[in-house]
Formats: sequence, structure tokens, C-alpha cells
Amino acid sequence: MTTYLLIGSQDPFEHSGVQKLYSLAADLAAAGNEVTLMLVENGVLAARRSTVSEALQDLSAKGVSVLADSFALRERGIEQARLQSGVQPAPIDHVIEHLEAGAVAFWN
Amino acid sequence: MATKTLNIIESAYRATLEEQDDTIVWISSALRGASAEVDVLLEGSAVNYAVRGQDATGLALGTWQQSQPPRLDHDIKNLMDKGAAVFFVADDAAERGIERTDMVDGVQPIARRDMAQLFSGYGRIWRW
Amino acid sequence: MNDSKKKTLTFAIMDAPFESARSTTAFRLMDAALRRGHDVRVFAYEGAVALTFDKQAAHPNAVHGRDAAEEDHPLPKDQVRALQALAKDKGCTMEWINCGLCVDERGVGEAIEGTKRGTPGDLWKWAESSDNTLIIPTRG
Repeated sequence: MTTYLLIGSQDPFEHSGVQKLYSLAADLAAAGNEVTLMLVENGVLAARRSTVSEALQDLSAKGVSVLADSFALRERGIEQARLQSGVQPAPIDHVIEHLEAGAVAFWN
Repeated sequence: MATKTLNIIESAYRATLEEQDDTIVWISSALRGASAEVDVLLEGSAVNYAVRGQDATGLALGTWQQSQPPRLDHDIKNLMDKGAAVFFVADDAAERGIERTDMVDGVQPIARRDMAQLFSGYGRIWRW
Repeated sequence: MNDSKKKTLTFAIMDAPFESARSTTAFRLMDAALRRGHDVRVFAYEGAVALTFDKQAAHPNAVHGRDAAEEDHPLPKDQVRALQALAKDKGCTMEWINCGLCVDERGVGEAIEGTKRGTPGDLWKWAESSDNTLIIPTRG
């Protein structure tokens, strides 16, 4: 089993590649890996309950840990009460924790 | 032993006229030259880099003419000649109307659903 | 930090200054790594080589109604200097290599102290001798 950290910065309302990133996260988890998706920058726009956010709840249900950079959430006025179920706010340190632990990390 | 690294290229034709190459294909080739174990996965519209017959000649601006335009299909071939495996996401190629016969010899198709399996062979995934 | 927990983390960055949120996110990651006591290495590629260009200058902002001092416009070179200072304070190292070819074609050779020119081979050597490497791409 490998630990993967996927960092998602793209705006889900503008970039179709975001759905592919979510699918890849699900596929990696289905293959038995430990997978975290960390949303940063405009990637956190998916975290507020909306027409696109259920995909994150689905990912969480499939075993992917879904985190959203708390600074980026605050920067965009997204309060915790508005977050899609399955998404947890987290400091950017989580990325460093994963790097410390030797996770295979890549950015989308 | 060096860690095997997979460079993923998705952004297509970003500054290729300006740099006269794709900067990530270039750095992959440079790393191969430094004995790095680097392979490449073309994703999204970057699958088009493997299409043969690309011709970017003829750019002229006033009295300035480009003499060394990018030759991306050749660069992909050169990368493979340096020992790199070059994969492309078959789903992305099909979506863009690119047929296998359109592409330079040696590039290897990979289904999107099999990317997780491909990743398992690499210690580093570098998505540029 | 106990040395056994001290890690060496390499980051490759690509974005030019003042054009995307990516540079700031990259700097936040470096800040977090240094605060956790790790050594940080940065390979700047493409437009990111201008992040350490020493001739960056702050400006006033008439729309904001502020002079240059009041505006206190962020300059990436100062942010890098601040990260270098943090590294020193934490007993860590912060190494920075700018891709030399990228520097030359952009004419940004006058970089702040504590930075060097290098090649992709340096990135590979760093990756091989680091505990982990994160490529921070340029994209929307």
C-alpha cells in the first residue's frame, strides 16, 4: 500500500480536469492505497455545498480523506457550516506532514 | 538505486513557440541526460504532442522569422531514444479524435482507469 | 527538532511573480516546512526564476490612496528573504537554485543573496538526496 497526497488547486467550475482528479483519487483508493485529497486555492470552491460538491462526499465515502486548506476557505468566506459533508478544513501543514511521512505527492 | 519518476504533462502548447520546445518534455530529456530514470505520461491535450507531422514553421513578425520552431513529435521520439517510456492516456486521445496511427511509433497507450496501476511502478509522480 | 525527525524537502516551482496564487501557496508550504524544523530546497524553473530578482520594486497605489510606504506592496524577493531568515532562526537550511537558462532568457540574473544558478541535473540530485520532492506546476 502506498500513501498518496493529491493536491487540487483548480476551480471545479472552470476546469473539467477536476473531475478526472477526483476519479484518480477514487481509483487509487480502490486499489488499496491510502489517499488524501487536499484542496487549495480555488480548489476549495468545491468544498462549499453546491452543484459540484457531492463528488467530494462520494470520494469521502470511498475512503479518500478530503481536506480543504483552512486559509483558502477563510480567504473565500467559506464557513465550516457550509462545507459539504465529508470535507474537513485543515491547515497547510497537512501537506508537509504527508511529505515528512514519505507520501507520493502530486499537484493538479 | 535511483527512484523511478513519472513526469505527467497535461498543459499543451504552453509557450512552445516561445521556447521552441515544451519545457517539460525538455526537462525530462535533460534529466534523462543526467542519468535520471524518468518516464513521461501525456495527458489531456498534451497527448497531441505525440501526433506525427506537426509543423510550426513560418512564424514571422515584421522582419523577424523563427528559424528553429518547436518539433514536438521529434522531441517525443528523441526522449524515447534516450530510454524514456512515453505513455499517453488513450481516453484523452480518443476524445480528441486522435487515432493510434496518427502517433509516432513507440508511445504506449494507457487507459485512464489504469493510471493508478501505472503509478504503482513509480516512487515519484511529478505532475508539472 | 530532534535530528532524526528533521527532513529535507525539495520543491520545484514554475510560476512567475504576480501572476497566480501558486507562488504564495508554495511560499506557505516552505514556511510550514521550516517552522516544523525541516531543511528546504527550492528549484525555480521557468518564470519562477524572477521570484528572486533583486530589482523588484514596490510602488504607490493611487486607487488605494496610499503612497509606496503605506501600500507596502508584497515583493516575492522580500518573502524569500523572510523565509531565509526563518530558516536561520530555526537552525535549518534554505537552498535556492534558479534554472540558469531560464534566468538568461528572462534577463533576471541579478538575484538576491542566498540563491544560485543551476541546471535540471541539480533538481535530480536534490530529489535523490531529499526525503521528498513536490513539483508545484503552473496551471489555472
